[in-house]
Amino acid sequence: MATEKKIIKAIKINADLCNGCRACEMICSAFHSLPMYSSNNPARARIRVVRHPLEDIYVPVYAGESVGAECAGRDKYIIDGKEYDECAFCRASCPSRDDFKEPDSGLPLRCDMCEGEDEPMCVKWCITDALTLEEREEEVEIVEPQEKLDIGLASLVETHGMQKIMDAVTRMSSLKDFK
Amino acid sequence: MRYGETGYNLEIDLTRSNIERVSTNPEDSQLYLGGLGTNAKIMWDRVPPEVEAFSPDNLLIFAAGLLCGTPATGCNRTIVTTISPQTQLLVFSMMGGFWAPELKYAGYDKVILRGKSPKLVYLWIKDDKVEIRDASHLKGKGAIETAELICQELKEPKAQVAAIGMAGENRVYFASIEQGRSSASRGGIGAVMGDKGVKAIVVRGTKDIHLSRPAEFMELCNEAMDYIKFRNENPIPGVMPILAILGSPQEMKIHDEKWHTENFMWGNSRERRKGFWTEEIAKDWTQTMEKMRTRLISCYNCPMTCGATISPPGKPTYMMKCFSKLTYTMAAFSDLAFGLGIAQSATEHGVDGFSAPQVMAFALELLEAGILTKDDFPGMPEDSEGRFYWLLDHIVRREGIGDVLANGTYWAARQIGNGAEKYAHNNIKKQEQLPLKLSMLNPIYFLMYATGEKLNITQIEGQFPQAPFPTREEREAFVKDWFQVPDEKFKQYFLDWELRGEKSIPFYPTPEMCCDIVDWQERMHYIDDALGMCAGLSSFPLKPPYHIHNYPKLISSGVGLDMDEATLTEAAKRYRTLVRAINTRRGMRRKDEKPPANHWKKRFPELEKELLDTYYAFKGWNEQGIPTEETLRDLGLDYVYEEFVKRGVYSDNGDTPSQATPAVIDKEV
Ligand code: SF4
Ligand code: SF4
Ligand code: SF4
Repeated sequence: MATEKKIIKAIKINADLCNGCRACEMICSAFHSLPMYSSNNPARARIRVVRHPLEDIYVPVYAGESVGAECAGRDKYIIDGKEYDECAFCRASCPSRDDFKEPDSGLPLRCDMCEGEDEPMCVKWCITDALTLEEREEEVEIVEPQEKLDIGLASLVETHGMQKIMDAVTRMSSLKDFK
Repeated sequence: MRYGETGYNLEIDLTRSNIERVSTNPEDSQLYLGGLGTNAKIMWDRVPPEVEAFSPDNLLIFAAGLLCGTPATGCNRTIVTTISPQTQLLVFSMMGGFWAPELKYAGYDKVILRGKSPKLVYLWIKDDKVEIRDASHLKGKGAIETAELICQELKEPKAQVAAIGMAGENRVYFASIEQGRSSASRGGIGAVMGDKGVKAIVVRGTKDIHLSRPAEFMELCNEAMDYIKFRNENPIPGVMPILAILGSPQEMKIHDEKWHTENFMWGNSRERRKGFWTEEIAKDWTQTMEKMRTRLISCYNCPMTCGATISPPGKPTYMMKCFSKLTYTMAAFSDLAFGLGIAQSATEHGVDGFSAPQVMAFALELLEAGILTKDDFPGMPEDSEGRFYWLLDHIVRREGIGDVLANGTYWAARQIGNGAEKYAHNNIKKQEQLPLKLSMLNPIYFLMYATGEKLNITQIEGQFPQAPFPTREEREAFVKDWFQVPDEKFKQYFLDWELRGEKSIPFYPTPEMCCDIVDWQERMHYIDDALGMCAGLSSFPLKPPYHIHNYPKLISSGVGLDMDEATLTEAAKRYRTLVRAINTRRGMRRKDEKPPANHWKKRFPELEKELLDTYYAFKGWNEQGIPTEETLRDLGLDYVYEEFVKRGVYSDNGDTPSQATPAVIDKEV
């Protein structure tokens, strides 16, 4: 199969270096406001710092995909004797919680790696280096976009049924963000 | 739309459980900025001098500075303003941490408390929803414990809590307001909060803060950040470690305490221990700190990590910053392990880390001198550490002798009598000061100590080096990239300043130069306190990222106010004068403006008089330290002048209210 070179971007999170300042949350929300930087509001950030100073818990977590339904069960980690919140490390914008949602509309938020910038804003503002960017090149198999779409849709149809998917597509096509 | 600020205050009448959201006048922002500036205006307008600290008519104002909640790094201060039970003057104490930005995101610039709640309550502010809630189950609880319990009961882990401990509830005159990582400690504002029956104010906000000209503002922020990085990599040579770098003194990071332990006084600000800092002690203290310190932590939107989480063996974890690291240790002639341990209890009880240890050391001196006797301390252990814990406990509960000591050294000495006054020797305007006793009068510091109204030397000093550098070369190197100066003349003042000879203290800098130097330093602190900027990135360290040249641009691009160096300087002068006017109206006069008599061994009464005369004139104050008609009118403070005339202020040599008695002598608990 054909392969291509792809730049993989990864943000390395060194939670040991996090000081809990939430500059990452602030600047993410400012960067994504419209016009850019015209306002900020950490509640809109695509990163959140799980922060319990007295338990020495500092975990920056990035917003991933939004999920339609919460998981069947929740997870709860204990590491080095520290008990983390339920679902603490999960990146999903999920109906079970308020995290990674616009505070007013409830629309899901997702980290887009600050597309277009040389360096993600949260990385730039975290000068204590709890957040650093790593880029590497990888050979990946070329998957035809169409093929990728079909696979994705088939799995959605399996979960929700054809009718619901059709309804969703109709609904989404009326939202300007998706045009 | 308002930029930078929200344009709304919360007015809470605790007597009637009434809550109002009130829009503010944008003209006030132009004239008084925000934070301390607009707090002072409200205090002038609404708290006449007859109102005592524990009157329901006293206000307790929590203000987020003008730029808090904007992307400006380190702008996170809450400025708490009220009338102090200890000094009976206007007090304004700042706290860092996370509270002020959270208040902004909830949609408010200030929370203004008046009246008194009949039972203990806490306030819960979540965006538009504001509630007064019962706090009877939190009575007697520690400040940190209270914060944890409230977040649990509200199921709001992200809420920020400013709370008092037992000291505040029992109206200890040096009770603090604690907020996790930070505290507003000076002047007994925690006691006013306790008197109002408020255990905590809890905030969570999820709204936007807007900027007027975002691109311009962000460029200034980026420049400040780059300069912070530069300064982190290039400490200033030739000054002691904590002054070489940025941040509120980096006491959690720096292990070398030779300077503090050998230059500051131990006990009740009495004994200087030269040669104390041996290799062995350095090793022991470093180990102690490294064992107990779990992590270095920052305030909101700041990379400086000036604080730390501390876990003393067998005690709960707490957060610490700055010099409280050493105040208990040194007052008790003990070691760092003791200091870090007792500070945990002190933080939970909520007491000022400057005053509290001195009050305790003062009590023990009185015992030694026979002015107090063993009977005054029933059950007190024999060892110094045990005695400090015993005293702390009795003070915060106001039990036995603790009830007297809880009023601070000034008032306690008067109540005890029998020569005790001599032992309350380290106060200015009735408040305990840093334990420093030096040899030669320093004219700059003389003026700052005498005339400062923040009553803490760290809250007025900063921009100008504390002492001359030994060689001209070093001085030249220092001034080379000193672009923060408001005027080139400051470089010359410093270049010519010598360790010895004609151009050395006390006669150089000359009184005129001292006026310039003090005025610049004070101005930067006042600007910080209006903007909500941390002094650790601005007015306190040498060569900071924020200064008189970039501040006007930050204010105008952030808030949209018309601001340049001249208008900013004028605004700062306006509310600085208003602070003085409030205190003048409360009876403060020249006689109150003096450093402790023993602060320096070598004093120069004539020079001191000349310094004060020159400085008063420079500031536009008369020989009593009262702002003159001309000064007031120039600043648009005609209303102050009219009130002064009505009250006969200019012909009165002053008497702070109820000189002879503390604000409370009765006991209610
Ligand atoms: S900016 Fe960095 S140090 Fe600050 S909270 Fe985010 S990850 Fe932690
Ligand atoms: S990479 Fe960009 S979008 Fe993602 S969290 Fe960081 S600042 Fe936000
Ligand atoms: S410099 Fe230090 S004290 Fe100041 S805001 Fe930053 S972390 Fe807080």
